[in-house]
Amino acid sequence: MRFCKQTGLRAEKGIVILLSVFLFSMSSFAQFSGSESVATDTVQMFNLDEVVVTASRPRFSVVSPMPAQILSGRDLERLNSFSVADAIRFFSGVQLKDYGGVGGLKTVNVRSLGSAHTAVFYDGMIISNAQNGQVDLGKFSLNNIEAIELYNGQRSSIFQPVRGFFASNTLFLRTKTPQFGNGKSFNINTTFKTGSFGLINPGILYQQKLTENLSLSGNAEWLHAHGRYKFRYHKADGYDTTAVRQNGDITALRTELTLHTQLRNSGQASLKVYFYDSERGLPGTIVANRFHHTQRQWDRNFFVHGTLNNSLFNGHNLLANVKFGSDYTRYLDSDYQMLEGALDNRYYQNEAYFSLVNQVSLSDWWNISLATDFSVQSLDANLYRFPYPTRHSYLGALSTHFSWERLDIQGSLLGGLIDEQVREHRQAESRKVFRPVISASVQPFTDLKSFRVRAFYKESFRMPTFNDLYYTFIGNSFLRPESTTQFNVGATWVHQPQAGFLRSVSVQTDAYYNRVKDKIVAMPSSNLFRWTMMNLGEVEIKGLETNANVGFLLPARIYFDLVLNYTCQKAIDITPGGTTFGDQIPYTPVHSGILTASMHWKSWQLNYSFIYTGERYSQKANIPVNYVQPWYTSDLAVIWERNMLNLPVRMTAEVNNLLNQYYDVILNFPMPGRSYRFGVSVHF
Amino acid sequence: MRMTKTIYKLSALLAILAVILPGCRKEDFIIPEEVDRIPVQNAAQLKGFYLLNEGNMNMNKASLDFIDFEEGLYRRNIFGQANPNAVLGLGDVGSDIGVYGSKLYAVINNSNKIEVMDMRTAQRIGVIDVKNVRYITFANGRAYVSAYGGEVQLGGSSPNGFIAEIDTATLQITRTVEAGRQPEELATIGNQLFVANSGGYDPVNYETTVSVIDLTTFTETKRIEVAPNLHRLRATDYGDLYVSSRGDHFTIPSRLFVIDTQTHSIKHTFDIACTNLAISGDTAYIIGAEFSYLTNKWEVNYSMINVRTHTLLTGSFLPQSIIDIIQIPYGIAIDPYSGFIYITDARDYVSPGILYCVDPNGSVMFSIRTGDIPAHFAFVYK
Repeated sequence: MRFCKQTGLRAEKGIVILLSVFLFSMSSFAQFSGSESVATDTVQMFNLDEVVVTASRPRFSVVSPMPAQILSGRDLERLNSFSVADAIRFFSGVQLKDYGGVGGLKTVNVRSLGSAHTAVFYDGMIISNAQNGQVDLGKFSLNNIEAIELYNGQRSSIFQPVRGFFASNTLFLRTKTPQFGNGKSFNINTTFKTGSFGLINPGILYQQKLTENLSLSGNAEWLHAHGRYKFRYHKADGYDTTAVRQNGDITALRTELTLHTQLRNSGQASLKVYFYDSERGLPGTIVANRFHHTQRQWDRNFFVHGTLNNSLFNGHNLLANVKFGSDYTRYLDSDYQMLEGALDNRYYQNEAYFSLVNQVSLSDWWNISLATDFSVQSLDANLYRFPYPTRHSYLGALSTHFSWERLDIQGSLLGGLIDEQVREHRQAESRKVFRPVISASVQPFTDLKSFRVRAFYKESFRMPTFNDLYYTFIGNSFLRPESTTQFNVGATWVHQPQAGFLRSVSVQTDAYYNRVKDKIVAMPSSNLFRWTMMNLGEVEIKGLETNANVGFLLPARIYFDLVLNYTCQKAIDITPGGTTFGDQIPYTPVHSGILTASMHWKSWQLNYSFIYTGERYSQKANIPVNYVQPWYTSDLAVIWERNMLNLPVRMTAEVNNLLNQYYDVILNFPMPGRSYRFGVSVHF
Repeated sequence: MRMTKTIYKLSALLAILAVILPGCRKEDFIIPEEVDRIPVQNAAQLKGFYLLNEGNMNMNKASLDFIDFEEGLYRRNIFGQANPNAVLGLGDVGSDIGVYGSKLYAVINNSNKIEVMDMRTAQRIGVIDVKNVRYITFANGRAYVSAYGGEVQLGGSSPNGFIAEIDTATLQITRTVEAGRQPEELATIGNQLFVANSGGYDPVNYETTVSVIDLTTFTETKRIEVAPNLHRLRATDYGDLYVSSRGDHFTIPSRLFVIDTQTHSIKHTFDIACTNLAISGDTAYIIGAEFSYLTNKWEVNYSMINVRTHTLLTGSFLPQSIIDIIQIPYGIAIDPYSGFIYITDARDYVSPGILYCVDPNGSVMFSIRTGDIPAHFAFVYK
């Protein structure tokens, strides 16, 4: 058979060899003396020609009992990333489901649990979508993002809203908080990006100090792209076609206004108003004889979020959050002609969310907390036989946190009552759930403080979405929640010598075993044209992640930073009596890896990144017709940054997919070949 | 300068990585056909049959299999190898297949085309573009296809579908006529073409009629009122039509109707669900699966009907051993000479299906793995 199955195997060997060489050489020059303790946020500062340069921050949290990966500040800026979705690709254990193009849907699947199992938080507030459970990370630009943090399990704090405990994985996006220089009462940062796909993207960030304790920050960004790009489908012994992706245009506006205030007792409060409005074409699948689609989508997201963090008495901490959100989606399909015209679906989602967390320190090594959440979510749609559901969620988490210098233990018991109401037709049953979480991190060697071993066990679940339950014909109101169980053991080591050639080394490795039960999958019903959602799937996932980061100070004050990630994952379908028992689940590569290298010299930065995703299958059966080739892209960026006319100016030039590889992340959604992006930002 | 040296070193490192890391993303070849052995049949008239696998929508995985009776071979996924230059292969969602003259016609719904092939080699002869095309039938040197799209190729804004007439010699569309909304199966009797209208896009306003089209003038002469959401439509040797209604999935159940084509009226109603059927001689073999959203339960029947007397025969045409293992009964065909029953199981729609061959006494002759959603059959004569 001509079909090549060795492709992945060789790549795997290559990666393994490379990684072992790298790890070996690193350990040979690493000094195991480390007497200084390393805090997570330690940053080394260097002053270079008026521009402050920071060496790479540790991308991990040493004490966290759950694996954390962090991209912030300069690390984030140096990756060729336009949106949060692009940046997510640089985390290990993550599969970005990218439908291609500027406006294409981008969701994240962490450790093969499924994309609905990652909760996304924006400045501490969950971004949820009760309708379909999908959060499009392509909608979040990096313009105003300070840090992206990914936690397998949950953020290692018992002082957070319950929704933070409930998800199997959590992704935190933190926007830039105002920091005013000496004697400055305002900041203005203007950016402009342009490049391939007809991209035009101006943005402005304005921060104003109102009083000593009060500041206002406003952010607006407009995005337009025609979204056209060339793609190619080619068989070595057959057809070879190159075409231009059509109907991938997008126009979007995002505005945010935030009021920050400092309170007495080191408390803080903020109020944020967020508005996003977009119109885009849906370029659709490329199939034989059909390269053009006409479907369009409009989205409008609005929310107001207030947060208060204060202490009522000594040893007490309080965190309150309130949010009102309203989302609108319109989907227009002119190919779907009905008696009253084209299919024109409109969906209105509303959410009210209240969260209260109280934490009390019982001693200097023991904290306990009680977190309670209440939310109401409703969905209206102009669909046939639509039941107009409303969901009331009452969630609670009782947690304890023991922390000594060398040992950290956190435990939580989560409880939830989810009650559904529908105006018409059959409503889903109310669900009660209880889930335990336990995690610990240990510092095994007294003389190696920055080395920690950790483990966690977490049970979690996701509720069926409104679409799963109520979508006309396919919805199934009998669905149970989809459950996950996670076991994880790992270790993190961070070392930051203050002098010499080597300036930082950090390594993080985790092995995990996950189970997904009652997976909600679309199944055909015996009636030929209807699908039904069912609790049918069961998946077993075994994985290993290694993450290494090393920073050098070379002669001539050149800073060189290297990051290597490798993930090996077996995600096996173990659905009893299933048609594909024992096969790797779709779109999950066994091997994937990332390399980023960056060099900093005077006002110049050169960054290179390489992302590899191994062979996968597009459907459940691991057979040749479902085989999807590995893909790997190289991205290159040059950044120039210094003062001009006393104003800090930053210019970037990026080449993405340098080797012009044509590939699909999702079958029949072709990705762009080589593309360019240029940016300039001026800070007033 | 050191800087340059470092850059050189870095580039060298990157170059090495670029070579090692990718491993091989070797040239991507057309996936060759797979051949499996099945029992040899000594059929006097038939060479075998084609089986069209629909493939799940948007996956572009419609595929064509061929059963060779004489050689005892099951040739799976033959289109790619036979047509390496057909861009992106057979296409997305195979919705019907037919053999007429020396040509094989595969209707590929979401690819908006009819793939016309040589009946012997499955090599492409031509492609006919028809937007949202559904089913095909043949008469008098012409092919007739039903299509959801408003206008040929472009698709208009009219909700109505249409019927196109294709000259099987030139493969050109010669005439078109508007039908009801979302027209499904079609059949000719004498000089009349009958089309089952579904209105399936519009659950609030399902169509309830069969369109009658005069083949001479190619105009719609009448609509016969039947029941909501019509789908299957087959002509019998006795000049009757067997038409299935899918019902509204809630209060109106799925039904099978017999229409008198002389009087254009319903002459008999069977209170059974019919999702698919095959008529051979005087017998119609019915697969009926119905789900009620009120009881949340499925019922599947494998009934037989005498199409001369319009009577429901007792018993099931499948042995219980097969009934027990089929998850989603999908396609059905009867070998008119041997009486062998071919029935497919689409299983979960996203994994390969299974084809079962059962002899008239109910013994299983063989079963074999197919492509995704095995559905439509076309016999090939010697």
